[in-house]
Amino acid sequence: MSRPLLLEGGHVVDPSTTRDGSADVLVVDGRIEAVESDLVGPDDADRLSVEGLVVAPGLIDVHVHLREPGGEHKETIRTGAQAAAAGGFTTVWAMPNTDPPLDDPAAVGFVRQEARRWARRGEGGARVSPVGAASKGLAGEQMTEIGGLVDAGAVAVTDDGRPISDPALMRRLLEYTQTFGIPVLQHAEDMRLTAGGVMNEGSVATELGLRGIPSASEAAVVARDVLLAELTGGHLHIQHLSTCESVDLVAAARARGARVTTELTPHHLVLTETAVRDYRTEAKMNPPLRTEIDRTALRTALIDGVIDMIATDHAPHHYEEKEREFDDAPFGVVGLETAFAICHQDLVVSGDMTLPALVDRMSCIPARTMGIDGGTLRPGSPADIVVLDPDARWTIDPERFLSKSRNTPFAGFEVTGRVKRTIVAGETRYEDSA
Amino acid sequence: MTAQGKDLELGKDLIGLEDLTREQILGILDTAEPFKEISERSIKKVPVLRGQTIVNLFFEPSTRTRISFEFAEKRLSADTVNISSTGSSVQKGETLVDTARNLEAMRIHMVVVRHGSSGAARFLADRIPSNVINAGDGQHAHPTQALLDLLTIRDRFGAIEGRRVCIVGDIRHSRVARSNIWGLLKCGAEVAVCGPRTLIPAGIEDLGVRSFGRVEEAIEWCDVLYVLRLQLERMEGGFVPSLREYNRVFGVTSERLELASDEMVVLHPGPMNRGVEIDSDVADGPRSVILPQVTNGVAVRMAVLYLLAGGRPELAESAKTGAG
Repeated sequence: MSRPLLLEGGHVVDPSTTRDGSADVLVVDGRIEAVESDLVGPDDADRLSVEGLVVAPGLIDVHVHLREPGGEHKETIRTGAQAAAAGGFTTVWAMPNTDPPLDDPAAVGFVRQEARRWARRGEGGARVSPVGAASKGLAGEQMTEIGGLVDAGAVAVTDDGRPISDPALMRRLLEYTQTFGIPVLQHAEDMRLTAGGVMNEGSVATELGLRGIPSASEAAVVARDVLLAELTGGHLHIQHLSTCESVDLVAAARARGARVTTELTPHHLVLTETAVRDYRTEAKMNPPLRTEIDRTALRTALIDGVIDMIATDHAPHHYEEKEREFDDAPFGVVGLETAFAICHQDLVVSGDMTLPALVDRMSCIPARTMGIDGGTLRPGSPADIVVLDPDARWTIDPERFLSKSRNTPFAGFEVTGRVKRTIVAGETRYEDSA
Repeated sequence: MTAQGKDLELGKDLIGLEDLTREQILGILDTAEPFKEISERSIKKVPVLRGQTIVNLFFEPSTRTRISFEFAEKRLSADTVNISSTGSSVQKGETLVDTARNLEAMRIHMVVVRHGSSGAARFLADRIPSNVINAGDGQHAHPTQALLDLLTIRDRFGAIEGRRVCIVGDIRHSRVARSNIWGLLKCGAEVAVCGPRTLIPAGIEDLGVRSFGRVEEAIEWCDVLYVLRLQLERMEGGFVPSLREYNRVFGVTSERLELASDEMVVLHPGPMNRGVEIDSDVADGPRSVILPQVTNGVAVRMAVLYLLAGGRPELAESAKTGAG
């Protein structure tokens, strides 16, 4: 085990213990030993001054695509985990829509082992937890051997990339997963309503002559699935909410006691369908960017807690794949290395949310609601820590990303708030060189 | 260059009428006037674009637009090459970026491009130094079609401003409708659309047009009835139940035209589905200006080629006499 680590002189923000003030943090054997003022620490401890900086539980992203196996030209488990660490994340959940998909225990085990192998070689980043496929081959028909996937390390199941369309399959999944205490993650979309659409349906799509995806394509499936969550008592997690109608449906279902959690992406928080103008493929994603009415409703829902957490839906694509006609370009944007700054700029700098509340939505709440060991600096917890400079101003430059891909809609954005250091199990996995 | 001439400068490309001012649009129509006459001569050729190389790059099948452009180019003495390739770049293996780079490497002057994806003409224009003329991109724009329609309306009524134009049919999938909406509104016309609600795109009113649910209302209201072609694949998409049903509810028939004012005219971008969106006795009848549209198409395209090549509108008359 590495030597003890003492982070001295920082401002500790840990909503899980309601701490928000100056304190030192001592890490021993990869775990939090103590969080107190004026800690002395053992003689052999590495001492690191973090004066003027914020020390918080490492960020958690329950929705990333690391592309390996099968899409290594876009991202690998190594580069994805490193990009995550550069974004302040200490745990990410890798989606199963790889090639082959993570629909058997061997594939699930591969992702977990690969992340650990790179960490052992000193090239690790965030912890990578595989999410298993909900159906075999992501075909939406036959349930995978979920018990086997969980034994191999799966932390949830989903067919993400595609919706679980069959209501009977969704019902069975919400029932069957209760044995293992894991959530079903749903990409809520009715493909027949989407019907080949490539952006939000509305006046901008009409003007551009692009096929639209109506809001109802998402909301209709949200409506159905919250009812199934209520019927079964299972844990439904709805990914990347994009419409105001979905927010209302979730709020009503939760008021009736349904176990429904939700996430919001940074891009749906700050951008609208107008970002697609000029056929910008870096603003093409699914669900699409919606209207200002939707954006405002989603933002309010995040602040009020109807939306539980931020998740990036980090979806790397090779530049050549995005340098195409809008219809032919793939859906998706990267997000790991910009998420904190974009959210901090939009929510905290504006004064609409406190920094502790943002840390809550990017770390503590995902840990608590999804059953992840982390999201806290409580003694005994894994020493997964992020050190932030909330005052640092910088300009987003995709050329500096550690991710293999550059497909971001945020290039050139001026932001405030920067990740200085990311520590996983007491080991620094990222350090800001700027 | 005169101040007026400078205002009319089109820039490098013609991608959509939404990028142009009213003065630029009317300037193109004015420039087309002297070119009309060339097509009436026995020797239909002037040396305006001598030495210019133009590629007609068609990723979608087209007969009418391609031939119209080709006549316009040849009558201006340009050297032309036609490239036809159906299917998207993904299907045929070469990306549009690579196509653009290859064209650039061959040092051509202009590209006339037709492509099935909205935004493809702009995509190409942003990546090559040649002038790019959009001959139709997906469901987005078909600016030269709208320009020839505007010229036809102006020929008939003397002015576009104040005229009521209703576009009938598949607005959702129509680049012709979008370009006409932009062009007509900029020129001061009142614009409406009409068709089954399945074929009217969301938020169309935000563009500044009204919509009619019944074709009879549209016919009573308008001075110009612009009838769109009903693509036969719309039946497979479930947008309309059958061709017969479409004709029953939205077909432009001589009986329905009895509701129209005396001076009302009918336009159609072609090719027509006779007996579906338009009946033969209307297409061939006294209100039809469908063939004058085709004639104007060549003149308008000559004007666009001339202006993008750097020709000055006030010199178009003398240019055609041979000075080049």
